[in-house]
Amino acid sequence: MDKIYSEDSKTNKEMSPKDENISFILNYSKALSVISYKNMKFETLLN
Amino acid sequence: MIMRKEIITDATLVSNYVKGQESSLEILIKRHKERIYSFIYSKVYDRDIAEDVFQDTFIKVIRTLKRGKYNEEGKFLPWVMRIAHNLVIDHFRKNNRMPKFQNNGDFSIFSVLSDTSLNAEKKIIKAQVEEDVRRLIEELPADQKEVLVMRMYQDMSFKEISERTGVSINTALGRMRYAIINMRKVIEKHNIVLTN
Repeated sequence: MDKIYSEDSKTNKEMSPKDENISFILNYSKALSVISYKNMKFETLLN
Repeated sequence: MIMRKEIITDATLVSNYVKGQESSLEILIKRHKERIYSFIYSKVYDRDIAEDVFQDTFIKVIRTLKRGKYNEEGKFLPWVMRIAHNLVIDHFRKNNRMPKFQNNGDFSIFSVLSDTSLNAEKKIIKAQVEEDVRRLIEELPADQKEVLVMRMYQDMSFKEISERTGVSINTALGRMRYAIINMRKVIEKHNIVLTN
């Protein structure tokens, strides 16, 4: 009789954000630059 | 030769990221994405909205870290979950749905780290508890009710509440305190059970 192996719990892809979304977030982070000047912070998004 | 696999802590990754190491952010996101995304989804039950909230959460995380406004106390994930939680509330507010009553005053880490999926019975109980709490709030004096609603349902700080209502922060705090004391009195008087 064949052994019955329980399935490996697959990484629940449904409960994970899309790769495109993560890419966007990482690109946003790379593009964002915060500059401090006299107690003020300026955010710039580099293109 | 035994290779030791050392896990870099969240705190170290955050510190490296703030110093400019972008790859640390990628590790952090990949490490925690499922936990955060499933938490958001368990509240909104819509994948597109969950994606939006997830994105907005990390945009806020990134901006705060790059502005140097984050104080590392070994609590990166709870902090991110808190941001996600508040953005979920914002979403419901924008869609004119009354946000669920959450104990924002004493934020318990276990309320976001525990299993958030509710079975049918618990959902009914939760809905009943929330309805009972809303009824209790209606019984409060107008000034106390106003502060409590602003604090609990609109997530405003006491500074914002004092500016909006035109009273000092201490007065706003006092009204909040009395609101809770009065609610407790009513709960005890009528033997209302508010546990889930």
